[in-house]
Amino acid sequence: MAQEDIDLIQAINTQDPPVVKVELVNTIFDICRSMSLWPMTFGLACCAIEMMAVGMARFDIARFGAEVFRPSPRQCDLMIVAGTVSRKMAPCVVQLYEQMPAPRYVMALGNCAISGGPFYFEGQYGIVEGVDKMVPVDVYVPGCPPRPEGLLEGLFKIQEKMTGRRWWPMPKQGEAV
Amino acid sequence: MNIAPELIHIAVALAAIAAFIGLNGLVLVWLERKVAGHIQRRPGPYEVGPWGLLQPVADAVKLVGKQLVRPKVADPWLYWSAPLLSFTPVFLLFLTIPFGPRLIGMEFNLGLLLILAFSGLNVLALCLAGWSSANKYSLLGAARAVAQSIAYEIPLLLAVLAIAFQFGTLNLSTIVHHQGPMPWQWNVMTQPLAFIIYFICAVAETNRAPFDLPEAESELTAGFHTEYSGMAFGLFFLAEYAYIIVISCVATVLFLGGWHGPGAPGFWWFLLKVYALIMVIIWLRWTYPRVRFDQLLNINWKWLLPLALVNLLLTLIFVKM
Repeated sequence: MAQEDIDLIQAINTQDPPVVKVELVNTIFDICRSMSLWPMTFGLACCAIEMMAVGMARFDIARFGAEVFRPSPRQCDLMIVAGTVSRKMAPCVVQLYEQMPAPRYVMALGNCAISGGPFYFEGQYGIVEGVDKMVPVDVYVPGCPPRPEGLLEGLFKIQEKMTGRRWWPMPKQGEAV
Repeated sequence: MNIAPELIHIAVALAAIAAFIGLNGLVLVWLERKVAGHIQRRPGPYEVGPWGLLQPVADAVKLVGKQLVRPKVADPWLYWSAPLLSFTPVFLLFLTIPFGPRLIGMEFNLGLLLILAFSGLNVLALCLAGWSSANKYSLLGAARAVAQSIAYEIPLLLAVLAIAFQFGTLNLSTIVHHQGPMPWQWNVMTQPLAFIIYFICAVAETNRAPFDLPEAESELTAGFHTEYSGMAFGLFFLAEYAYIIVISCVATVLFLGGWHGPGAPGFWWFLLKVYALIMVIIWLRWTYPRVRFDQLLNINWKWLLPLALVNLLLTLIFVKM
């Protein structure tokens, strides 16, 4: 950990144990949760434009039940950190994360949120080099910015992480599709 | 032991209403998101179940399984009672609505008054929710909700009163019986202005777009339910949809001939009209942008209220002639 990371705030992660201890019930809960991941309405930089494109006609995140962008963190399940986290913004991002009720998931969208991206160089002072220095990140989506398909793929990865299986077919590789 | 058959009838009706509200909540969530999708040229919920039909089920289960959060400074009693207070009066509202010639929870001479009185409780619930959350956005949302609901209740009452004067009754079944099977025998033909005023006010009363000022996300985060998570938020959501059904039912009874229709009269005509009205409300939401707050109150006090008064006076003159 570099010297300048020390004054970054760490998010307090409180996770309640599951109320019901029956495995079948928890499986159903997990599947339902993964099928309705409501993201939070906030964007930090240019990756947010791609996040908006995901909600629009061409890509339509609504197909997978995740188009309900809730403005209040209390009603969100998924925090999409879309863009560069500056040091001034860092406490706000941590606060937003802490305000979300469990179970909550974080997606780091774009190179800036993953590692600082193009702003990572010797002597920079204003950028947090990766949002995972403050909040636990579930899925990293690389790209500068990632394409909307990338965000959708990240969503599928979170669903896979929650339920243990991939729900949708893999995209075709190779020739243009 | 001797239980009055009316009590059994009411108990059965309440159970049926609970099922109706729950089922309709699921259907309307799906319908709203699907219609929104198609209006914006995208498919909407598509992959979760056939045509996305399991989407509302997944949402409901997720909301049940979500952690409930109460801010430390919030008043626990008021905070937790607000969603319940918003949702529970809904059952009473459906009790006097005649779904069919014999399909009615309770024959009651003051049915219309009962609906109007108990739907007023929703304002109190929103006010409590916003106030007890101890959050500035919630408080502002609650203030807006109260100002809006109280303002729009007046022209709504005046519009409904015109119908009540015309037939001299507040009994919903009697009002339906006075209308005929054909569309030109419905009240919307004799009272078109009252219908328009009622419809606009009803959309505003239920805090639907373009009048969703109390939960305007661009200004107030989420308005009065900013601090509510999980099923507490879900109850507000369900109550909102239930109120949409109630206002559509009342509009159908008062203006669109209730269960009358060309051919066989019955509850299918009633449900058809109710769903047509709900579709119009959803269509409105995804077509018009949100009004400003001064515009909202100006529409009410400068246009709807005088028009409703004029309409009432004209009705009186025609009734007395």
